[in-house]
Amino acid sequence: MKTIIGLEIHVQLATATKLFCGCSTDYRDDEPNTHCCPICLGLPGALPRLNRKAVEYGLKVAKALDMEVPEESEFARKNYFYPDLPKAYQITQYDKPLAVAGTVEIEDDEGHEKLVRITRVHLEEDPGRLVHVTGGSKYSLVDYNRSGIPLLEIVTEPDMRSPQEARRFLNKLRTVLEYLGVFDGDREGSLRVDANISLEGSERVEVKNISSYKGVEKALTFEVTRQKNLLRRGQKVTRETRHFMEGRGITTSARSKEEEHDYRYFPEPDLRPLRVADWVAAIDLPELPVARKNRFMAEYGISLNHARTLTGDPKLADFYEEVAEIDPVLAATWVADTLLGELNYRDMDIAAVPPGHIRELLGLLKTETITDAAGVQVLREMLDACARGSPCESPVAIMKREGLGKATGSEYAPIVQGVIAANPQAVEDYRAGKKGALNYLVGQVMKETRGRADPRELGRIVSECIDTDRV
Amino acid sequence: MAGTLDFSPDDRYNAFITTCREAPFSDGRLAGVAVAVKDNISTAGIETTCGSRILEGYVPPYDAHVVGLLRNAGAAIVGKTNMDEFGMGSTTETSAFGPTRNPVDQTRVPGGSSGGSAAAVAAGLVPMALGTDTGGSIRCPAAFCGVVGLKPTYGRVSRHGLIAYANSLEQIGPMARTVEDASRLMSVIANYDPHDSTMLDKPYNHRPIAEIAGLRVGVPEEYFGEGVDPRIAKTVRDAVGVLEDLGAGTVPVSIPGMRHALAAYYVICTSEASSNLARFDGVRYGPAVDTRKSWHEAYQDLRRELFGPEVRRRIMLGTFALSAGYAGRYYAKAQLARRNIQQDFERAFRKVDIVAGPTMPTVAFRLGEKTDPLSMYLSDILTVPANLAGIPAISVPCGRVDGLPVGLQLMGRPFEDERVVDAAFAYEQEVRA
Repeated sequence: MKTIIGLEIHVQLATATKLFCGCSTDYRDDEPNTHCCPICLGLPGALPRLNRKAVEYGLKVAKALDMEVPEESEFARKNYFYPDLPKAYQITQYDKPLAVAGTVEIEDDEGHEKLVRITRVHLEEDPGRLVHVTGGSKYSLVDYNRSGIPLLEIVTEPDMRSPQEARRFLNKLRTVLEYLGVFDGDREGSLRVDANISLEGSERVEVKNISSYKGVEKALTFEVTRQKNLLRRGQKVTRETRHFMEGRGITTSARSKEEEHDYRYFPEPDLRPLRVADWVAAIDLPELPVARKNRFMAEYGISLNHARTLTGDPKLADFYEEVAEIDPVLAATWVADTLLGELNYRDMDIAAVPPGHIRELLGLLKTETITDAAGVQVLREMLDACARGSPCESPVAIMKREGLGKATGSEYAPIVQGVIAANPQAVEDYRAGKKGALNYLVGQVMKETRGRADPRELGRIVSECIDTDRV
Repeated sequence: MAGTLDFSPDDRYNAFITTCREAPFSDGRLAGVAVAVKDNISTAGIETTCGSRILEGYVPPYDAHVVGLLRNAGAAIVGKTNMDEFGMGSTTETSAFGPTRNPVDQTRVPGGSSGGSAAAVAAGLVPMALGTDTGGSIRCPAAFCGVVGLKPTYGRVSRHGLIAYANSLEQIGPMARTVEDASRLMSVIANYDPHDSTMLDKPYNHRPIAEIAGLRVGVPEEYFGEGVDPRIAKTVRDAVGVLEDLGAGTVPVSIPGMRHALAAYYVICTSEASSNLARFDGVRYGPAVDTRKSWHEAYQDLRRELFGPEVRRRIMLGTFALSAGYAGRYYAKAQLARRNIQQDFERAFRKVDIVAGPTMPTVAFRLGEKTDPLSMYLSDILTVPANLAGIPAISVPCGRVDGLPVGLQLMGRPFEDERVVDAAFAYEQEVRA
């Protein structure tokens, strides 16, 4: 049974001011209703004035997704009553969107490249936000700080075939948006998704307002199971809108098709039609993820996997380019595998890591001043300090303080002798031809030297010692 | 010479909803001149109701662009004038604050919806006032009360702060006893405002000139035919004769799109109104909504109670006209009819410079006379074409029938407000002399 998924993504554009007024969009830690004016409060008589930057950002996305920008697009009113919607209509675009017909390249479930078609993108205003007072209160509060934040709605064709594909699509889209600098992914609610999902031959269900993009895969996986179970029991999937309960990981029925709103769209008479097709040529696009990935492979000689990981986040890619010089392949391994793993473990952002320190660490590794194992220890010490907000000690300083510099042969000869003396059985096994016994002995020395010795060199020395002993 | 104007008028005609007893003013072109403002134009700190109970107690925190311009020009804003509720009416009888009476004959309506502004000017309470015109709301009361009223070209005066009834049709405009004063007020309010995206930067800086020799005046048959009181038709033809005497030439023209004008107008204005008025739900304006009910039910009950019957009727008509499955038949058709009328006028204006006809098909109605909404809608037939076409139109008094004033309506090309003002001025100077 084929799964058919299409997405509608609402992206908050990172403009300094709102879509139709001069209010600042940066209200993150501010009191409710402090970023408002007659326009975004929808006061009677106030007229919308279109933010040019928001149009440019929308066109930037359109260009990056290879879309067509029609000669003329138009704003329209979407009429509905809701307490967070101050004008009782949302200014959006209906039958004349900003741009149409684009594509995004993703990997399908077999690892092959595939294209997801983008139907359209259009601009619209975010409504306010209801705040439900806890504790059995008889009222809710409305915060209009969000009212009028510019949204770009991106609508795909039903081209995705699994929840995993949908997640990969969103990851890809998000990366492109971050590369374009039109979107701040760290902002709560800056990317919200409605997903349409059906099993081939059955009715379509819309899951609304999934606020984390990781939630999309969860919500869709739940829906696939729910719909398959319905069909297995001989029941039908009903066409309806469902809500995703993030905490419980399930969807619940919100309204059936019969209850669907009639939004009574009509052209917004307070705004002129938008004729911006000729702006597109002047828009400079930065290097986009696919191009950067290809360049990383060609220029730095790193693997596809490393290139893909490093270019998956523009900040990470920039970071890599700052430290790559010493040894691009070594740097790719350390940044894409080791550093990223340690950051994820600590829930830290790459922005918290000073590139100079990593350059220094790579230098120590490159010159074999420390071993890989000791390098990881230095890195962990350093990140722990950064995470605590302490001043970031340099790798050289940590190495010296902790005595993690690479041990030399003379330094660990007594340790080797000690280990051989303490493990006669292992020595015996080694002599009997058991290779594993050598690894065990080397491991014991490594433990004693806290990873400061080079395991390959150590293997040679341990076996030499045992062999010499026999003679 | 900044100061305060004491304003305590004998408002026996109920022209005002709010009066400002002490109206501050400053230096400028209109220093110390008392100006009344229609109650659908936002005034910071002064209650603005649109003649509706649903906005009772609403004090805007900001000035409409035109009000800011008035204050900068030194005018004293002395009060907010009565109007049909949200501009929906041609008599000022649908106001929640009682009807305004016509100063010429107190048993008659002043026309509407800017009836309060027209009455305040006609009664001499103020020399000039602001009105708004969506389908004739400046010109109708100007004609009925015997004053001058100009509906500017769409996009010539900022609508920012005008509480919208039908955004694509309406303009704020001046009302005064003389063309000269109307023109003076126009030159203050017609100034570019980037807040209004439908506006062009074409300020009006004009002193009327009574020189119209060679002006080509179009006389459309539709303006003198069926439904127009023959005595009004004759009075207006005589007025056109005066223009001829002053050297203008007359040319018969035709606006065939007129036969769909009213239908198109009422579909468009009610559609836009149904959307504009949806925000009045008792949460932010007017008496508070009953929070014990479910919110949809509470909105419904409050709106049913606080909107008057004419407003409810138009909201329902507009909601219907925009509904899925009907929008194509009504809203889209109305836009086509609107384009036809625009093209009719464009065609006419290739042959003539202005178009002349009566403002209203009859004289002022008796209070309470128009009980049937349809007959009231029909009285707008001669004014709505200018709104649909977006062209400037002025009404200037041109005589009387049964002792009641008759208005001569002069329409011009888009952004040629100066030309209709000059023609009205020439007529006024000639008949006054």
